[in-house]
Formats: sequence, structure tokens, C-alpha cells
Amino acid sequence: MSIARLLRLGRARGDVEIGEELESHLKMAIEERIARGESRADAEANARREFGNVGHVQEVAREMSGSLWLERFAQDARFGLRMLRRAPGFSIVAILCLTLGIGANAVVGGWIEGILFRPYPGVANEDRLVHVAGTARGDPEFTDLSFPDFSDLERESKFCDAFIVSKIIGTTLSAGDRAERVTGLMVSPNYFEALGVRPVLGRGFAPDEGTGWNAHPVTVISYREWQDRFHGDPAIIGRTQQYNGVTHVIVGVAPEGFIGTFVGYSMQFYVPTSMQAAFDPSGYKLEDRDARWIEGFALLKRGATLDQAQSEVSAAAARLASTYPDQDRGRGVRLLPLWRGTFDGAQNLMPTLRIGLAVAVFVLLIACANVANLLLVRSFVRRHEITVRLSLGAGRMRLIRQLFTEALLLSAIATGCAALLAYWLRNSLALFFPSSAGVVYTFRGDFDWRVCVLSAMIGIMSVVVFAAVPALQSSRADLSGALKSDSRSSSGQRDRSRLRAALVVFQVALSFVLLVAAGLVLQSLQSISDASPGFSTDGVLATSLNLFAAGYDSSRAKTFDDRLVQRIRSIGGVDTVAIARSLPFSTRPYDSGPIAVDGFVPNADEQPTARYNSVSPGYFATLGIDLRSGRDFTTGDDESSEPVAIVSETMVDEFWRGESPIGKRLQAGGRWRRIVGVANNVKFESLLDAPRALFYLPLRQNFSTQGAIFIRTRQTPDALRRSLAREIRALDPRVAPYEVLTLREQVRRATSAQRIAVTLLGMFGALAMLLAGIGLYGTMAYAVSQRTRELGLRTALGAAPSVLLRLIISQGLRLTAMGIIVGGVAAFASTRLIAYMLYRVSPRDPRAFISALVVMVLAALLACVAPAWRAARTDPVTALR
Amino acid sequence: MPRKQPGSSRIELLQGTLDMLILQTLAWGPRYGFGIAQMIRAGSHDALQVDTGSLYPALHRLERHGAIEADWGVSENNQRVRIYRLTAAGRRRLSAERSRWQQLADAIAGAMAPPAKSDA
Repeated sequence: MSIARLLRLGRARGDVEIGEELESHLKMAIEERIARGESRADAEANARREFGNVGHVQEVAREMSGSLWLERFAQDARFGLRMLRRAPGFSIVAILCLTLGIGANAVVGGWIEGILFRPYPGVANEDRLVHVAGTARGDPEFTDLSFPDFSDLERESKFCDAFIVSKIIGTTLSAGDRAERVTGLMVSPNYFEALGVRPVLGRGFAPDEGTGWNAHPVTVISYREWQDRFHGDPAIIGRTQQYNGVTHVIVGVAPEGFIGTFVGYSMQFYVPTSMQAAFDPSGYKLEDRDARWIEGFALLKRGATLDQAQSEVSAAAARLASTYPDQDRGRGVRLLPLWRGTFDGAQNLMPTLRIGLAVAVFVLLIACANVANLLLVRSFVRRHEITVRLSLGAGRMRLIRQLFTEALLLSAIATGCAALLAYWLRNSLALFFPSSAGVVYTFRGDFDWRVCVLSAMIGIMSVVVFAAVPALQSSRADLSGALKSDSRSSSGQRDRSRLRAALVVFQVALSFVLLVAAGLVLQSLQSISDASPGFSTDGVLATSLNLFAAGYDSSRAKTFDDRLVQRIRSIGGVDTVAIARSLPFSTRPYDSGPIAVDGFVPNADEQPTARYNSVSPGYFATLGIDLRSGRDFTTGDDESSEPVAIVSETMVDEFWRGESPIGKRLQAGGRWRRIVGVANNVKFESLLDAPRALFYLPLRQNFSTQGAIFIRTRQTPDALRRSLAREIRALDPRVAPYEVLTLREQVRRATSAQRIAVTLLGMFGALAMLLAGIGLYGTMAYAVSQRTRELGLRTALGAAPSVLLRLIISQGLRLTAMGIIVGGVAAFASTRLIAYMLYRVSPRDPRAFISALVVMVLAALLACVAPAWRAARTDPVTALR
Repeated sequence: MPRKQPGSSRIELLQGTLDMLILQTLAWGPRYGFGIAQMIRAGSHDALQVDTGSLYPALHRLERHGAIEADWGVSENNQRVRIYRLTAAGRRRLSAERSRWQQLADAIAGAMAPPAKSDA
């Protein structure tokens, strides 16, 4: 390279000046030589030789002159890029590892961002939105609010601009002669304006459309509905939609990208609160302070804090409690940040997100360890270059900065790839949720600047983690030793291999923890699947039935139920049929209500409550729930006979202290009912929790137009699905069929959190093991290449190949064993953190530990085989030459 | 790497002495880099050869420390050059270094001299 070109290399002003200065020096030196009588060619050559390495002179001079930090960084970066290009294999593997580590975090970060922190796309005022939830003394869970209370809160609050009702409603949409299920929101009239969502067509709701008994049948439909169902008809405003048999006028179309305010669902339509009675079979509730059904948000005033608003709202709630003691005593109102959302799908995803985050951090650590390992190897390969730079006078700090810049480059490239990965996988969480008819699930991760910033921060942090040790290591190069071409005995190298061994141990330990966790969750999932919820899941099909949504009143619905049961019984292969209000493990919770029991005196200030289900005769037989004593409901238990009830065993324990309650009385729904039977405990909400107190009422004595059909049959689900749809359609085509599931599937869906955890832990556990295996392989292969002489000597002295094989493998296994011990201790101490999602599996279950051990050792053996094989075949002649 | 200079009459510069030499050279008047190197060489009768790789870093270091300052100018044969001159701080530093050097030289001379006869 010509000097002139070298001198021009620098781009910044300081560089140019230094270049010019050096150039003039060189010219003068040449002229002086010519003046002394040398030929021009000789003069130039000699002067140049004497001048030395221009690049170096320039670099050191620039360093001394303290020119811009950025310029130095750019130079380091250019050099670093050159170094990375020179070792493409190293660069690619390192970038892949980091992409995986940073990417896993970015993806989970995107999920968390999209589900917990910015859950509602298209909502301009999301930053100021908080959840409103009710509290009741003695009830650990949040409650819904009543419409009058909610309205009073809005009126009294100065720190909140608006209180927004947002209540999810599923309904039947009549489209032509068919019925379809759709999901929408019942909202207060301020909904669109307060959220900052402007309808693309028509209007939102007018202030007076919020109240009155079914007074304002108007609706805003989603952009997607407009496109799909109405093909983007520009004259859509003023047309009508039939929801629940009530004709609604379309007054607006929500903007594209706005999917409502309920995590997990894309809403198809919006109706104002005045239509409440049309969507709720239990009647008109807008003036009932006792009916708590409102879910919603408050919009904080600009500049107001959550605390300010909370104290104001608490005071308002206290006033309500004293003004309306009968309804509101002991009740309060809480404002919660969006991520603590109480009523939508976000809370169900918390365990998944937590596991995802933990796993992502593990993968990142393991990936960093791997890259650190690679860098250590690389720094050994580069020891000559580094030593030359050191002896040329490059400062240690300068060198460390150079190595860090290279690491930063690696990490920057990987962060870019990770961001892409996060973008592609932002909606991947939805893959875990099977879609079902009429419900558009969207578990939408978000990808925005926050995720980018997060990724970049993780990238930079990981540089510190993976580059610090190798950089410090190599900058301590031993000048005298390393300059020699062969320095196999230098002490720096021994340090380095010890470091690398430590890194492998670290990796093995982390992978082991992940494997143990995966094993535990897998075992837990297994025992959940094996566990009986208290009813039999085999051979029972279930489907929801919403007659209210098809416009039925109670008396017509009773007739429909009877005729349907008759028709289903006549299908071949059907053993028993039953109808009940609630379906176990469905998204709609069981009813819960205050109860009183003869002879049971509750503590002061405490209102005993229990869950209940209304069931038709034959329910217990169909679901295979044992009656421990007493009798089943019969067709005789109807509106005109004495009110009766059947209670669960847990309830007997809680309220009758284990004595037989048969013949005793229970007050529920304002009526005293005689207990006629005791049923086996069942689980109906969570497989993990202990069975809750539950009682049953005869469906006829507590009728509901919404419910579920249960069919015990020897037929396959598919065959029966078709027959069932045919029978329902024959009775009334306006009744929308729901999904028909086996009870087994219904229960299985309740374990989605566990299954996602198994998938994540299993996937990343395997990945972590692979990375650890690669690390182990690299270390062992390198160790073998370093010990070639020794191994050759052993062969020459008569060691059999099998001895050498064992030698290397045992060295690898020693590292693995150390890793497993460290990992075992870590796992032993930490697996209780996932105990909340383990079912009948101890967090220290030995089977999980042993299987993780076996898998890890096998992986380690696999990683050691190739290097050991190479060691065993060491040719003493070449090795000792 | 330090370049091996041909000719055994050349002496390796002692660590830290280059700064002093530069300051001393500039004490006689402003000068540009090549001129400084020439002057040191001539002044030492070719015994001290200043490597470019040491000279410019040293100049820039001294400039940064405020011992010398520099400006672009034109040499006698119309070459654009950077001309360095001593500052007041540089003058102070030169006198400090000179006395330190004197002490060192005396000490070494004393140590190297044949032992004086003792009275004992």
C-alpha cells in the first residue's frame, strides 16, 4: 500500500492534519537525502524505510492528540469488521448464538409489551388508561361494579376524564337464514371519544345512548366486519344487524387496526350500555346498585397520577358505602395499571409470560457463555497480532477498547437479527391458542421502539457479559512468550483453558436447570392429564347452547330444551343427555352467590358464598359424578314442587362439619331449599386448586336460557357432532351451534398455561443443551489439539487408542459432572419458583433430576466423542515432529 | 516494533528523555517536526536518531499537555508544515526536567566512577 494512500486513509480532520504533517516530514527527509547526493529512488526508499510504519505512527499520534472518541470508534469498528470477515465461521456461530439469546428476550419482550403494557392497538390514550375494579371485604378477588356506582364515580372524579364501560358480550348474529356467533363489547357512550378512537365511517355513540331500557339499538362494527361481511360497502351507515334477535342500526365503523379493549379477542361489534337487557338474560340492571357486571377503565386526566386518582376514587367509594349501606357496605374501588388487568385474558397469560421471560434470560446467559468461549479461542488464535500491537505501544486500554468494539459489532449484528426475529414472531403466542368458531383470538405481541430499545440494551449488556473476560484475558498477553511462534506452555494459555472450562461448567449448569424445570413441568402436565377432575371425561361430549341469544324467553326455552333432549336421546348410540347452566372449565365462570345455612353462624362481617350450577335430571349420571348419599334430581323437581339442592362434599365439610346435611336447609337465591343429596367433589375452574364448595339446583327451579348440553355416547365425537348440529337446526335454524368438544378436550384446554410452559421449557431446554454441547465440544476439541504432543508421546510409549479415548472422554465428563453438580444445587434451590404451576409434583422430584442428568450426560458424551476419537488416532510421528 | 537502527554508534534514547530533548530544541526557537529531528541528530553528532514513530506521538502528547503549541506555517522551501513553539508551561517543565536529568547524570556518573579511597 502506498504511503500516500495510507496517509489519505484517515477521514476526520485530525487525521488529515496528521497525515499532512507526516507527509511533509517525509518529503523533507527525501529532499535532504537527495541534497546529500542520493538518487531520487534511493532517497525515497530509504526515507520511507526510516520513516517506519505510517499507519502505526499515525495511529499512535492520533491517540496522543486525543482526537474524537467517535472517530476512534469508527476506526475500531472498521478494523473489527475486517477481523470478523477474516474469520467467517467464528463470526457466524457467534452471531447465531447471540441472535438466539437476544432474540428470545426480544420476542418475549414483544409479547409482554403487546399483552401487558400496550395491550390495545389503535387506542390513542392508552397511556392514561387504568383498570377499574371493585373490592369487597373478605373477598380476595376483585369484583365487577354496578352501573349506578360506576356512573357516580365518573360524576365525582376530578382526576379522571372519563369512566369507560367495556364489557365483553358474546352473541348470536343472524345473517340471512343462518345464525353465527360473534363477540363484541358493550360500552359506555364515551368509549370511542375517551379512548381517542375515531370511527372511519359514521360516528361513535351519542351521550344519551348510554341509558334507557333497550332504548338505543345502535351499533358500531369493526373494520374487519365491514370489510369481510359487507365488502367495505361505503353506504353501510344506516343498515341493520340482528344481535340476539334485536335489530341494531349500524351508526359507525371502527378504524382499521382497532380491535377493542379485551386482551385475547378481536371485537366484531360495539353496542351502547342502554342495550344491556338485550344481551343479558338476567334482566335490566342499569338502575340496580346490587347488580355488579361492569368491567371498565378510567381515563386519567393529563398529568394526574394513579395515586391521586386512587385516593379520590377511594373517598368516593367510601361516600357511596355510607350513602347506600345496603348495597355498598364494605365495598371499595381500585384503579389498576393496565398490566394488572383484572378481567381480560392478560392475567391468564401471566404464568406463561413469566416462564417465557425466565427461559429467555437463561438462553441469553448460555449464549453469552458460548460466545465468551468462542472469543477466548479466538483471542488465542489472535495472540500474535495482539502481542504485536501491545509491543508496538498500543495501550492496554486501547486494546481492550478494540476487543470490546469487535464484541459490540457482533452484538449489534445479532441485535439486528434478533429484532427481525422479534418482529416475525410477535404474534407467535397465538399459535398456542386454538381458535374456535365465532371467536377471533389475538394474542398480539407488539413490536415497537420499546422492544427495539430493550433488545439493544440486552445486546449491550450481553457484550459486557461475554466480552469482558476474554478482553481482559488477551490484553494481559505475555509479551516475551507469545511472540515466539510456539508458546504452548505460556501461563496465559493455562488461565484461558481454565476460564473456558469454567464457562462450560456454567453452561452445563444452566442447561441442567432448564432441563430439570422442563422435566418437572412435563411430569406435572402428565399428572394433570391423568388426574380426574371428579367427573369422567371419556365418552362425554359437551357443547354450549345460547337460547337467549336466539331470542328465547324462559318458557319457550324450556320447551326447546325438552324437545332437544328427546331428539338427542333418539340418536343411535346415545346413552344419556343432560342440560346444565354452566360448563366446567369454560371461559364463563360458574355462578356464585351468597348463601345461608341453618345452624351455621358466620363470623361477623363475613358473607358466606358458594358456587353453584343448575342442572337437569341425569346430569350426575351423564358426567359420571357419584352421589355419595341421597338422591338425584328428578323431573318432579320443577317450578311447582319444593325447592331442593344437592351439595358437594367440600361444602358439607365447610358448613355442616362433615355431618350428613340431607333433609337440612340451605338458603340461596333468596329461597330456602331442602338438601336431598351429597355429590362427589369436582373441579370446574382449575385443575391445580383444591375443589371448591359447590351446590347444584334443579334447572327447572333456577332456569337459564344459556347453558350447555352434555351427551354420554358410544359414538365418535365427529359422528355425533353432525347429528347434533342437524337436530338443533331442525328445531330452530336461528340457534347458532357452538363447538362440540369431548369433555377431555374441554379439560385439556384448561391446561394451556402448563402446555405452553412445557413447550417453551422443552424447546429452550433442548436448545440450551445444544449450546452447552457445542461449548463442550469446542473446549474438548481444543484441548485435544493442544495436547497433541502429549497424546502422541503416550501413543509412542504404547498407550492403546482406547486408553486415549477414555482419557479425553473422562476429562469431558469431569467438566459435565461439575456443571451438573452446580446446576443441581441451583435447580434444587430454585425450582420451587415454578411450584405454582406444578400439579402433584414436588419441585424437587428426583425423577426430573435423574432424567435431566441422563440427558445431559448423553449430550456430553456425544459432544466428546469426536474430539476423543481424534485423540485416539493421534499419529505419534506427526505429533512429535 | 522498534526498528533496529544500523550502526552501533547510535544510542537508544532513555525513556522520558525525548520529551526533554524536544523541549530543549524548541527553547532555541520554533521549529517543525523534521527540523526538530534534524537538530537533535546534529546536536548529538548523529548519535541520537529520533524515530518518527516516537517523535510525532511525543509532539502531540506535549501539545496536549500544554508544554508546546503548534500552528501551520511554511518552511524555508515553501513546504506547508506544522510549527511547534515552547509555552511558558513548557519552559517550566524543561527546567524541571533539566535539573532532574542533571541529578540523574550526576548519580550515574558517581556510581560509575572508580571508588574513592576511603580513610578506613
